[in-house]
Amino acid sequence: MTELNTLGLAEARDALRKGDTTSKELTQACLSAIEGAGALNAFVHHTPEIAMKQADAADIRIKAGDAPDMCGLPLGIKDLFCTKDVPSQAGSRILEGFLPQYESTITSNLFGAGAVMLGKLNMDEFAMGSSNETSVYGNVINPWKVDDRDLTPGGSSGGSASAVAADLCLAATGTDTGGSIRQPAAFTGTVGIKPTYGRCSRWGVVAFASSLDQAGPMTKSVRDAAIMLEAMCSHDPKDSTSVDLAVPNFEALMTGDIRGKKIGIPKEYRMEGMPAEIEKLWADGAAMMKDAGAEIVDISLPHTKYALPAYYVIAPAEASSNLARYDGVRYGHRATLAAGDGVTEMYEKTRAEGFGPEVQRRVMIGTYVLSAGFYDAYYNRARRVRTLIKKDFEDVFAQGIDAILTPATPSSAFGLGEMTDVDPVQMYLNDVFTVTVNMAGLPGIAVPAGLDEKGLPLGLQLIGRPWEEGDLLSSAYALERAAGFVAKPSKWW
Amino acid sequence: MLDLTYDLPKVKTIAGAKHDWELVIGMEVHAQVSSNAKLFSGASTQFGSEPNSNVSFVDAAMPGMLPVINEYCIEQAVRTGLGLKAEINLKSAFDRKNYFYPDLPQGYQISQLYHPIVGEGEVLVEMGDGTARLVRVERIHMEQDAGKSIHDMDPNMSFVDVNRTGVCLMEIVSKPDIRGPEEAAAYITKLRQILRYLGTCNGDMQSGAMRADVNVSICLPGQYEKYQATQDFGHLGTRCEIKNMNSMRFIQQAIDVEAKRQIAILEAGGKVDQETRLYDPDKGETRSMRSKEEAHDYRYFPDPDLLPLEIEQAWVDEIEANLPELPDAKKARFVSDFNLSDYDASVLTADLDTADYFELVANGRDGKSSANWVINELFGRLKKDEKDITESPVTPAQLGGIIDLIASDAISGKIAKDLFEIVYTEGGDPAQIVEDKGMKQVTDLGPIEAALDEIIAANPAQVEKAQANPKLAGWFVGQVMKATGGKANPKAVNELVAQKLKG
Repeated sequence: MTELNTLGLAEARDALRKGDTTSKELTQACLSAIEGAGALNAFVHHTPEIAMKQADAADIRIKAGDAPDMCGLPLGIKDLFCTKDVPSQAGSRILEGFLPQYESTITSNLFGAGAVMLGKLNMDEFAMGSSNETSVYGNVINPWKVDDRDLTPGGSSGGSASAVAADLCLAATGTDTGGSIRQPAAFTGTVGIKPTYGRCSRWGVVAFASSLDQAGPMTKSVRDAAIMLEAMCSHDPKDSTSVDLAVPNFEALMTGDIRGKKIGIPKEYRMEGMPAEIEKLWADGAAMMKDAGAEIVDISLPHTKYALPAYYVIAPAEASSNLARYDGVRYGHRATLAAGDGVTEMYEKTRAEGFGPEVQRRVMIGTYVLSAGFYDAYYNRARRVRTLIKKDFEDVFAQGIDAILTPATPSSAFGLGEMTDVDPVQMYLNDVFTVTVNMAGLPGIAVPAGLDEKGLPLGLQLIGRPWEEGDLLSSAYALERAAGFVAKPSKWW
Repeated sequence: MLDLTYDLPKVKTIAGAKHDWELVIGMEVHAQVSSNAKLFSGASTQFGSEPNSNVSFVDAAMPGMLPVINEYCIEQAVRTGLGLKAEINLKSAFDRKNYFYPDLPQGYQISQLYHPIVGEGEVLVEMGDGTARLVRVERIHMEQDAGKSIHDMDPNMSFVDVNRTGVCLMEIVSKPDIRGPEEAAAYITKLRQILRYLGTCNGDMQSGAMRADVNVSICLPGQYEKYQATQDFGHLGTRCEIKNMNSMRFIQQAIDVEAKRQIAILEAGGKVDQETRLYDPDKGETRSMRSKEEAHDYRYFPDPDLLPLEIEQAWVDEIEANLPELPDAKKARFVSDFNLSDYDASVLTADLDTADYFELVANGRDGKSSANWVINELFGRLKKDEKDITESPVTPAQLGGIIDLIASDAISGKIAKDLFEIVYTEGGDPAQIVEDKGMKQVTDLGPIEAALDEIIAANPAQVEKAQANPKLAGWFVGQVMKATGGKANPKAVNELVAQKLKG
């Protein structure tokens, strides 16, 4: 048998049910893989005791017969999820020493289904970043390499992507505000789905931009994504934006039969200066889906070009308010004060020390766009743009389009440090294909579809109709089968 | 329903050195909604709990916590709106008001700036002298209360109690229709009365359950009428907001002091700055709260954690159908059904407990004498003991019993007062007490006549005088009452005396 940590969720589930292995063995395999992968800097809190306890309990449930799909499967949890009594810092210094006394709804759902927590995963500070270079724990390294150069796994769910790609866990949780699941998935040759806004509860997930944040799974296959997403979703009365809608059996809906489906190719996603290999990948993807029986339709999403600027108004605006609670008064980091310092100095010093430069930049942008005299010009205008973007999608879906195919990222993984000294807007451009999906609240999935000439993975994105993740996963499964992506990074760590 | 008509009260003017000035006042009343749980969390709202004991993860603004609206608070706000004859907005929304303060854990207050739940309404403010002013309500919105910072417990540290954080407040915003300090106090009193009738706020100003921000400006006579005609604020002076007042007395003092301050500025050729001020009752002055540089920019924006609030007309209708009778209607009914004076009806409807008590006494009895007994005897007696109506040792049934005994001529009014005192202090059934203690009025003429004959026989000189001047007959009545221990029926005695003196 192959090394247990390299299994996906579906394979491991089946092996557990057949009695070929135990959760304990799976968990131990992952724990030793994590042990040997310090160089990736993916896991930032290790929870082996919790993992082994959960594995033992899972094995008993599996033996008893009616264990849920996720039972006994070892996962990594992004540091943005609050996990009871386990450090949960959102990759930030400001949450130093913070131990939540509650468990996020999503991790509760997963652990309730018998999943095993291996530890907490590194991420960009407060999920703000596309390269995992803003974390207080330092950079995450992509297991994929070119010429010995350290590459970014993408962000903000960089730790999750790196851990899944390097087989440190069977799958991981991620969150996606503007592309934070799909971009790192594309950079690491893994699958990541952001469900429809409202599918996954945000309760207990540290907020970045409330109207855009959604959690989702990061996995080794589309089938795994279907299995794990189903376990994560629920209607949560504690989250007013959580939808009261039955969660279907996504895996059962995932037939891969896309005959007669209409796949839209939006012309506005053909960006100027787009690398030829991305262009080719996209065209190949469309051809593959056509071969599988889908009808390829050229479509227009006319307001696409306004999405990124509008996103970088709305997301920082919400973040500037969401992050106001980190003030040093009740929990987390508080600066040492000088004699005579008052409450204002406490705020200023605490937040200056506690937040890194990218978070500070976004808090300042957000404060600016909401301030008197600028609110209408920025925030309100961005909201109007958002409505138009949403309508663009509604219009094409109303024309009978079932899913939209786009590149997931404008490039393959770039070198660490490569973007840090350039204009931050260059970094923000990483989200250009993904933010529209968050702005419209739609489900989107990144599927690995090929390698570029450097040998790095590239992903394609499929965007689906709201609440129809099952259908989207089915299209993604067809694409995955046709692309036949099997490459793995060679182990150097 | 309400057919009482009123004249407008006289506008209060303040004499400056150069002119007379008029006052224009608008109020923002913060009323704590009566509910067991907070607006967005399940934590208790119990007043006076141990510091930081009524705090949920949401109230403490722990990472990843989300607000969930308390439906009962919405119902209370709707009920309040209906009670103020206001339009109810079926669609409203919550906004964040961002500012930093240690007793505001989220770093923002969830409020309703852009789309409040209640629109325009009105409050009829009676001034007690037959005049009244109709004060328009501009809006009512819901918001979270802040916690409490304590700065005087330690020389170097401040402490924070977040028990009150997140408690639901209604901010009831009036139009600038109030024209003097007395009207301001009367407005709050009336608002408080309505909210207490509705059960939507206990109105306790001392515990901070009701507080007011008072907007004061001054203008020259005639300007206000121009504003009324056009609704253009340009005709009015620049207003200053006096924050966080929780005493009727201080509200009136502060308005007076602030108006005089503004008059002094304007008459000296200066300009009033629009600003927020605090009233210092010890020094009797208002002070600027913060300078322009420190002025807050609250960066309001729609709270993305909460969906817009949509309620159904049917639900509003149901709440409306179950509204209690409100003060104006009750007062009008008391005037017409019980034949009360405007004044007595006001007193008896001032709060619901009194009104309910009175109604139990007055039902099936004479309204006027019931009112007299409640207002004069009962209130007087309770006041002596510093008790309120809910603590009355005399039940409505007992008081009604006493009034019945007077009505049936079983006891005289004077004896009734003694009887009332016995019931008040010792309890018991009034009729039984009268029976047991032999307090019954003597209506049998035999003993009265015997007593009178004796008195006439012993006082021939008095008889002569009384026959010359019938006004002096009262002396004989008094003597008979004395001789019978006050139990003789005064009417019978009067008749008998008159008859005997005629000879």
